[in-house]
Amino acid sequence: MRFTVRVWRQTGSEDAGRLVEYDVDDVSPDMSFLEMLDVLNERLTLRGEEPVAFDHDCREGICGMCGLTINGVAHGPRRATTTCQLHMREFTDGDTIVVEPWRAAPFPVVRDLVVDRGALDEVVRAGGYVSVSTGSAPEAHATPVARADADKAFESAACIGCGACVAACPNGSAMLFTAAKVTHLGRLPQGAPERDTRALDMLAAHDEAGFGGCTNTGECTAVCPKGIPLADIAQFNQDVLRASLRGAGGRPA
Amino acid sequence: MAVTGFILFFYVVAHMVGNLKIFFGETAFDSYARWLRAMGSAVLGESGVLWTIRIVLLVSVLLHMTAAIQLARRARAARPSGYRHRPPVQGGYAARTMRWGGVIIALFVIYHVLDLTVGWLNPHGVPEEPFLNVTSGFQQWWVVLIYTVAILALGLHVRHGVWSALRSLGTVRASHGPLARTVALVVAVALTAGYLSVPYAVLFGLVE
Amino acid sequence: MRYDEGEPLVDRAAPDGPLETRWERARFGTRLVNPANRRRLRVIVVGTGLAGASAAATLGELGYRVSSFCYQDSPRRAHSIAAQGGINAAKNYRNDGDSVYRLFYDTVKGGDFRARESNVYRLAEISTAIIDQCVAQGVPFAREYGGLLDTRSFGGAQVSRTFYARGQTGQQLLLGAYQALSRQIAAGTVTMHPRTEMLDLVVVDGRARGVVIRDLVTGEVSTHTADAVVLATGGYGNVFHLSTNAKGCNATAIWRAHRRGALFANPCYTQIHPTCIPVSGDHQSKLTLMSESLRNDGRVWVPVDPDERRAPGDIPAEDRDYYLERTYPSFGNLVPRDIASRAAKKVCDDGRGVGPGGLGVYLDFADAIDRLGREAVETRYGNLFEMYQRITGEDPYQVPMRIYPAVHYTMGGLWVDYDLQSTIPGLFVIGEANFSDHGANRLGASALMQGLADGYFVLPNTIAGYLADGPFPEVTDAHPDLVAARSDVEERVRRLLSVEGDRTVDSFHRELGSLLWDHCGMERTEEGLRHALERIPELRAEFWRRVRVPGSGEGLNQSLERAGRVADFLELAELLCLDALHRTESCGGHFRAESQTPDGEALRRDDEFAYVAAWEYTGTGTPPLLRRESLTFEHVEPTQRSYQ
Repeated sequence: MRFTVRVWRQTGSEDAGRLVEYDVDDVSPDMSFLEMLDVLNERLTLRGEEPVAFDHDCREGICGMCGLTINGVAHGPRRATTTCQLHMREFTDGDTIVVEPWRAAPFPVVRDLVVDRGALDEVVRAGGYVSVSTGSAPEAHATPVARADADKAFESAACIGCGACVAACPNGSAMLFTAAKVTHLGRLPQGAPERDTRALDMLAAHDEAGFGGCTNTGECTAVCPKGIPLADIAQFNQDVLRASLRGAGGRPA
Repeated sequence: MAVTGFILFFYVVAHMVGNLKIFFGETAFDSYARWLRAMGSAVLGESGVLWTIRIVLLVSVLLHMTAAIQLARRARAARPSGYRHRPPVQGGYAARTMRWGGVIIALFVIYHVLDLTVGWLNPHGVPEEPFLNVTSGFQQWWVVLIYTVAILALGLHVRHGVWSALRSLGTVRASHGPLARTVALVVAVALTAGYLSVPYAVLFGLVE
Repeated sequence: MRYDEGEPLVDRAAPDGPLETRWERARFGTRLVNPANRRRLRVIVVGTGLAGASAAATLGELGYRVSSFCYQDSPRRAHSIAAQGGINAAKNYRNDGDSVYRLFYDTVKGGDFRARESNVYRLAEISTAIIDQCVAQGVPFAREYGGLLDTRSFGGAQVSRTFYARGQTGQQLLLGAYQALSRQIAAGTVTMHPRTEMLDLVVVDGRARGVVIRDLVTGEVSTHTADAVVLATGGYGNVFHLSTNAKGCNATAIWRAHRRGALFANPCYTQIHPTCIPVSGDHQSKLTLMSESLRNDGRVWVPVDPDERRAPGDIPAEDRDYYLERTYPSFGNLVPRDIASRAAKKVCDDGRGVGPGGLGVYLDFADAIDRLGREAVETRYGNLFEMYQRITGEDPYQVPMRIYPAVHYTMGGLWVDYDLQSTIPGLFVIGEANFSDHGANRLGASALMQGLADGYFVLPNTIAGYLADGPFPEVTDAHPDLVAARSDVEERVRRLLSVEGDRTVDSFHRELGSLLWDHCGMERTEEGLRHALERIPELRAEFWRRVRVPGSGEGLNQSLERAGRVADFLELAELLCLDALHRTESCGGHFRAESQTPDGEALRRDDEFAYVAAWEYTGTGTPPLLRRESLTFEHVEPTQRSYQ
């Protein structure tokens, strides 16, 4: 197969960046999208040009490191699939493919297609955990958890933190990411004691990081490689509302 | 956003139901209009309730618009540099037209007040004769066109707004997602049909 | 390549007395650090996988000042996240006869009697507390309808002791540790340094006192000092180029520490996983594991005739060879990992492999679908089938899956004593990066257990004994050892950039990988290993002559990162082959063709090889020293495995 790939090149945060066009031929349909970029990079290196920087690690769809906007869609055309698991057979021979980084103010471009997603870590640090120090845990069977709750918690916990939701959201909101963690922990009895403060603190951290507000457009869930449902955001809103009504203040800083 | 949206939504529903009075004839419609002014006059005096409603609505509209502008500004701040290759719509069309739809509706409301409440822009323009105001207006094709565009925008706005507001208030159980979506759609379609029935009935001479 | 015999090695921290109370007594014997003093003690933890994140979080909770480093953009992405199967724990919730002793026994036996009894017993003992801890953190383990935790039997174990969270157990456990770490970062006890890579260890006055770090975003090389250094940097499977490891996994941290004096133990113990998706072409960048549970219902076969041309569905039963069921009637498709892997290699070597390059065997679910119905198969394996289809473009409900073995885990690593301290005082090594608990082969679902045991429970206790002597004298920026370590790193970066040759880093990595896979993979021979040992130094020399690393040292340069890692793999590979050559027995993940029983099974030779081979670095290209730590078995009688 042969493709015309237009890739976003940007040397750093100071540079304005631009799309640069490359022809990539001899592409096997069995290549993953990232392997196609590997091939391009090998050729660029041998030609004396700088290869395209892009983030990737596990290449099996779980670490959340990879993430490219392909033809305007976060993670590309195949639903519920990370960029690393997208294969070239999803494209048609001769296609022009536009590859851009995640675009959001809280995700500054480091280089080319690599962005800094540290803002997501900041949101988790605001309360996306259960405060239980090592050694203080009770026996695992002390608190049974209804299977439905465990399953639902798992569904939300499956988030890989890739940031596609932010990349796709017209508002640049990270509410799906934040809501997934709030829903995961809030659904379990172990997470219940901090449910109110967690919801308020994580929302505050989310807003402070510069993410936009949610208007329920649903673009996030459409590109989410793990299918985190939009309903998690409703659940998050409910938690925030209830916590506010109860007058639960955030955790003292 | 959700709270003011709901206030406006309930008003819009009541307004639509009131409009349908026109199918009962001139007398019924006009007396309904008179009743609106007289409503609660024992307590708040002539048009007291009506003005209270108007003030609540005005405040709601202002708050609704303020919130919308804030969200839009945050959104712009969150993505200062857009995608070169514009992403196609992944979510719903209604969701993507909330902002422009809101602007269209706002402009229409101004026109609508000048047309049918104050009467300045109405060809008949006699505040005490609402039936004739309505029928004379809707005999003009361009009035009907403006009205149609606005109502379709309203329908889309309500379609996403109702559903979204239910989510924002967290009142939807996760498992009720599809149900809420259907309810929002049905309400939006009913509202659109209800509103559009009047101008087209007038235009095609079903109401004279 | 030769090696020289060094002094025997003794674990001075090894406990004695009754097995059951060794850990308890060791803890009691360890000096404590006064809580007020902990604030004055600094610890560096490199790596944020299960071991690193849990250690950093726990040390932070205890009040030490921790600096944590990872090369990924977030500590949540370490490769522990990809573990699918589950985590073992001797809870005996099923009342099926499990116990701490049985898990201990199974692990020693599974490791083919090449692990220390004391360490393994401690691991089994701690396993139960790990589950408690993770549940309390909100890890959404699979549950039964009664609300209690579900378990399954895994990897041929006869008891059901594996706790799991669908096929994403590693992810959920890592997120639990990451969240605990996040809490400590927020509390200010841990300082996080993402997108940084450790390129050297700083040893001052015989103690590990810091690390040299390259900031991957700015390219800046800096030094960080502390009272102790903990390496939790994972395994070295990527020395094979293609493996189930993440692309970034590397051996640089442990290899640099080895060069600074830490012994490297048992490098030849590598685990090869039988059920991976086969290579589809030269472009292949990594291999994807599919859960071993697939072998519970799938049947493995190849065509009888090497020249078979028919589609798999058209080949009648009599023309198929269900070679595992034929050779191992009692275990069938469920034979241990190494046996299944080697059997697949053998049929492919016979020319009967299927798929591109003949490197694959069928894993067929047609019978399972007939017997259980498509729906039941979908419930059990739906997500795996989906993943397979996404990668290969083939529908496993219609066409049999193709699988082939791939490098998955490395049991070898830096040598540590019972306290998880290496031969450099103050350098602790945890998780897959050390060599300790799995012996020559690791049981399924035990990697997660070991990583978390080390990080949550063992290290935070044992490190106190070392830190009780601290704080150690301040090491200033001008200290000659610090300056030297830093300029070494800068010089090396400059060298990599200045070669400006005509071959890419990846081309060297690929060549090294296939050399190792062919000669130091599932089956090793003296001839093959000698060939590899001859070829590796040549390849290394060629690398430094011909590699092309584009770009500069300033700013993000992913080619430069890879070049440094491959340069270290080119050194480690030699030690790996040397260790494999010297160990002329077959044991666990190490199969020497010369050492097998008449029916082709691994032949272990306890009389000669019941020891840990710990290698001491003497210089690149000069013979290393072999230091032997002998292993004694007081509780589990060594036996030969048999799966016939």
